[in-house]
Amino acid sequence: MNNDIVLRVEDIHKSFGDNEVLRGVSFDVRRGETKVFIGPSGTGKSTLLRCINQLTPPDRGRVWLDGEEVTNSGARINYFRQKIGMVFQNFFLFDHLTALKNVELALLKVRGMGKAEAREKALNELRQVGMEDWADHYPAELSGGQAQRVSIARALAMDPDVILFDEPTSALDPELTREVLEVMKKLAGEGMTMLVVTHEMGFACSVANEVLFMENGVVAEQGTPDQLLHDPQYTRMKDFIGRIDSRLGD
Amino acid sequence: MDVLLILIDWFPYLLSGIATTLGLVLSALGLGLLLGLPMALGQVYGSRPVRWVIGIYVWFFRGLPILVLLFLFWFGIFPMLGLGALPAFAVGAVVLGLRGAAYQSQIFRGAVQSIGEGQMIAARSLGMSRLTAIRSVILPQAMRIALPGWSNEYPNILTDSAVCYAIGVAELLTITSRMVTQTHITMPIYLAAAGIFIILNYGGLKVLHGLEKRIAIPGFGSGAV
Amino acid sequence: MDLAAFTFDILLPALMQGLIITLQLIACSAPFGLAFGIAIAVGRQYGGGAISWLCKTFVFLIKGTPLLLLLFILYFGFPAIGITFTAFTASVVGFILCNAAYNAEYIRGALISIKDGQMIAAQALGMTRWQAIRHVVLPQALRRAIPGLSNEFIYLIKYSSLAYMITVIELSGAGKLVATKYFLYTESFAAVGIVYLVLVTITTVAVNILEKRVAIPGTTRGTTAAQL
Repeated sequence: MNNDIVLRVEDIHKSFGDNEVLRGVSFDVRRGETKVFIGPSGTGKSTLLRCINQLTPPDRGRVWLDGEEVTNSGARINYFRQKIGMVFQNFFLFDHLTALKNVELALLKVRGMGKAEAREKALNELRQVGMEDWADHYPAELSGGQAQRVSIARALAMDPDVILFDEPTSALDPELTREVLEVMKKLAGEGMTMLVVTHEMGFACSVANEVLFMENGVVAEQGTPDQLLHDPQYTRMKDFIGRIDSRLGD
Repeated sequence: MDVLLILIDWFPYLLSGIATTLGLVLSALGLGLLLGLPMALGQVYGSRPVRWVIGIYVWFFRGLPILVLLFLFWFGIFPMLGLGALPAFAVGAVVLGLRGAAYQSQIFRGAVQSIGEGQMIAARSLGMSRLTAIRSVILPQAMRIALPGWSNEYPNILTDSAVCYAIGVAELLTITSRMVTQTHITMPIYLAAAGIFIILNYGGLKVLHGLEKRIAIPGFGSGAV
Repeated sequence: MDLAAFTFDILLPALMQGLIITLQLIACSAPFGLAFGIAIAVGRQYGGGAISWLCKTFVFLIKGTPLLLLLFILYFGFPAIGITFTAFTASVVGFILCNAAYNAEYIRGALISIKDGQMIAAQALGMTRWQAIRHVVLPQALRRAIPGLSNEFIYLIKYSSLAYMITVIELSGAGKLVATKYFLYTESFAAVGIVYLVLVTITTVAVNILEKRVAIPGTTRGTTAAQL
């Protein structure tokens, strides 16, 4: 990992009506880093990710990718979105296309790649996530874990600088969760820059370079997994993790 | 026996009537698709004035009887626009098509609206423009979802096409009426015409349902809308 | 003659006379179209064997034939086999047959959608099959069929114009006669169109109200009424 900042998020605010979801969130992301966002639901973690690639334009604050401003970038947003991949809780695979075509589509339509090249690249990405044998299957024929892996491949195909994971395993059974987390671990190990919103503390502790605890629309605490496990000052984060663990223990 | 001989005698004429009827139906379906699809997109994604104009169009064309529309355009609007020389066939096809667009737009609109917003979000997250997302992701799905409803427009337009008799298009019913007048054989000829319409009706539907099966995608759009 | 005089002295009075005939056509057709439609749907669904087949064939034939051809058969064809209708009667008969066939499809769909438990519960109370259909299944099914039936009623309003093609001077016919006589085509047919739009729009609103009035709490699924 080096110290060059790939993504800078500065003072993001977002309200929906009277509901102030984000109240000034800032952080820097270094290339190759994995940041994990945890916290109670409804504290704006998913909104934060959508503010980064402007699927939900923030009310205030700015986002930079590699030194270029993403906020207020007009039509150039479609360029930035290629560079900022996104993986959704409910996969959002294109239901009318096979796994392979799901990965190919943006290569053809956005990057303007030739058919043969796009196909080869898409197959390669599917191989990365262990889904090349399922290339010709439609989303309805895939398990949730398989679908999520395809959607990771779809994001990877654009050669993004950073990938945003919005609760990628929340819709999955424990076994399916494992296969998706394994792919994500592998990506982190290969140096992919990732921002992950998740409740999977095991993943956070073993993969994250930094864990950010969000509460009431702000980053309440942040630190390395080691700090949050052993440093007594991280009380709120510990509380929250304790609650998750006891719930899982039921 | 006489009747049979007469029918055989008139057979080529009858065939031309069938061809004209099918010509009306196919051009109307095509025109309806061509106009109805953008209208549906306009109603879902368009600005308020756009939605309003399309709403008025749909209200107008669905509120008027086909007979009155044919009279209005054949005797009134087309001559007024200096298009009085248009053949009755063209007027019939255009009016059926304009009206079909109003109905079809609502079928497509329902289909577009039934697609989860995640599809658009995912497409945009990959860097697709709105237009590319609509064209590559939304429309291919909407067309499949809409196809069963769209297929049902075929029998509607087919039976409506017979009303083009009123402006003198030489379609199947017009030919039938001429045969009746000239041969003084009524029931057998009418029943034969009804039989032909029924065959065209269900035969066409069979073709369309076959098409639905051909483009079906596993687990997608089955039984929707 | 100026347009205002034409409109108020000639066109509107003629259209009003035509409108009365149109309303008569509808009033004579709709109730029988509904009753006949219910009978066909029930026959198709519960009649068994020959009755079911007959009902199915009836719907198949009527839906496959253009209404205008059906009117021709009734008005021009039937006299050839010794049955003569007036133009008005032929129109009403044609509308009833057509309306009934389409209504039957909606009602049958609704009948199918009523859960078996309803029939079983009714029979468990000692009702005969017929009583169960009449008092338990049909009342529920008809409510569910209202959006479809409303649509068909609106179609009936519009397709009643076809009576003109067999010489009934109803609304469209009245407009056509005035248009031809005074060579004011666009004006006349536009006026006719407006009257139909008003009829159809009023009906749509009325049907929406009706649908809310007859709704049973918890049994309707947010369906909107007639499409216009």
